[in-house]
Amino acid sequence: MAESIVQVEHLRKEFKDTVAVADVSFEIHRGEIVGLLGANGAGKTTTIQVLLGLTTPTAGRIRIFGQDFESHRVEILQRCNFSSAYTGLPSNLKVWENLLIFAKLYQVKNHRQKTDELLELLEISHLRRQITGTLSSGESTRVNLCKALLNDPELLLLDEPTASLDPNIADKVRKLLRRVQRERGITMIYTSHNMRDVEEICDRVLFLNKGQIIAEGTPQQVIDQFQQKSLEDVFIQVARSGDLLVEEEK
Amino acid sequence: MNWHRISALVLRYTFLYTRSVPRIVEMFFWPVMELLVWGMLTQYLQTGPFKIPGFIKFLLGAMIFWDILYRSQQATTLSFLEDIWSRNLLNIFVAPVRISEFIVATYCVGFVKTLITAAGLSVLAAVCYHFNILSMGLALIPLFLNLLVMGWAVGMVTTGMIMRWGQASENLAWGIPFLIQPFCAAFYPLDSMPAWIRPISLAIPATHVFEGMRAVLAGQGLSFKYVLCAAGLNLIYLTGAAIFFRFMYGKARKQGLLAKLGTQ
Repeated sequence: MAESIVQVEHLRKEFKDTVAVADVSFEIHRGEIVGLLGANGAGKTTTIQVLLGLTTPTAGRIRIFGQDFESHRVEILQRCNFSSAYTGLPSNLKVWENLLIFAKLYQVKNHRQKTDELLELLEISHLRRQITGTLSSGESTRVNLCKALLNDPELLLLDEPTASLDPNIADKVRKLLRRVQRERGITMIYTSHNMRDVEEICDRVLFLNKGQIIAEGTPQQVIDQFQQKSLEDVFIQVARSGDLLVEEEK
Repeated sequence: MNWHRISALVLRYTFLYTRSVPRIVEMFFWPVMELLVWGMLTQYLQTGPFKIPGFIKFLLGAMIFWDILYRSQQATTLSFLEDIWSRNLLNIFVAPVRISEFIVATYCVGFVKTLITAAGLSVLAAVCYHFNILSMGLALIPLFLNLLVMGWAVGMVTTGMIMRWGQASENLAWGIPFLIQPFCAAFYPLDSMPAWIRPISLAIPATHVFEGMRAVLAGQGLSFKYVLCAAGLNLIYLTGAAIFFRFMYGKARKQGLLAKLGTQ
């Protein structure tokens, strides 16, 4: 069994009267790509936020790289990175300026060489001197990914990285992520509403509904478990009858 | 505290300001307009029937000094707001950056921006009104530093409030300093204020700075009483502001507000 990178034990997060995450436990091993799936409000974004230290858990324990997150936040974040379709880089700066700032923030050695390599890998070397705000969605996504790979992260959290991309670019991004993961052995946590993304890229999925994991396994295992033809069908079934499933589990 | 990370954040703000003409113009536009309007009014008051001796020195000095406080507060808060506006906040907060490093970086940016604006105003005051703020000599340094530190403290409180109450409270960034202005004896001496306000005024570090400035401009030299009072109060306020900011940061994390702010 590969080394455990993320250990989440009985995670619970409440916001006033709302329970965003009820009781979630899971483990992610080195080199895995794990998809966090679920309808809006299932708890996946909150789980990601807790894993990134943006939100504190109400209860439960999180260990990343074998260390307690709260007490080793900076050391852990040094070895992680994050990319989301919902965040951006300062739009009036040039691409190279944004990358330089983050390379310095993550204290990347030989940052020029590193940036060049990544820009080439992501096929965006020609954008280096372009103003970030003038990039297309696909180009922005790749620049964000470039930022997310700058520090050679051992754990990469991707929040809907292909949202708002056309199918062609989304396909390119998926293939690229797979390639990067293969070459660098990065552990990835991936959230998406695009089930094709997930089927194609994830080794394992955690299906969340009402703040609980209701299914776990390879995409095919989950499809079989729900006796459906695709993850999208599973998603729709869970979204429409989630209450029943939770009841049955109990 | 890691200076590499602080310098990276400072670099981020340096790029931001040097790449944006409106941001550079904003640093000077309002201070210059105020200086011109009040400078001309003061000139009129000096040459007209009122003839208040030394009035121009006090007013222009106060204007430049007020701007040091205001710009220092603004720079601290605006640095945070810039990251919200560009949806970059999450990228910063999920990077291995300590909150103290983030704050120190905003202080550094505040220091540089304040210095540039104050220098610009000083040159303009010298050219237009023959008022040389450097004539205050070394007294300028402790007074400047005290205003800068008070601006940091107010900026930290404002940032904490924006963190907790979101972009809706953004106007605080511009409004909060003006809550202080009537009480800090910026444009008039403490003695001229109503007796019931004076205890409040004396509890504000800037009051001692403005009193000290007027004493220096009146040729009485700088009394250490003013510097020590301002520095002592600043120490208390800066500590209080840091505790307040920590508390608000904790609240924001507990309620998931950082993530919301970062994706708004």
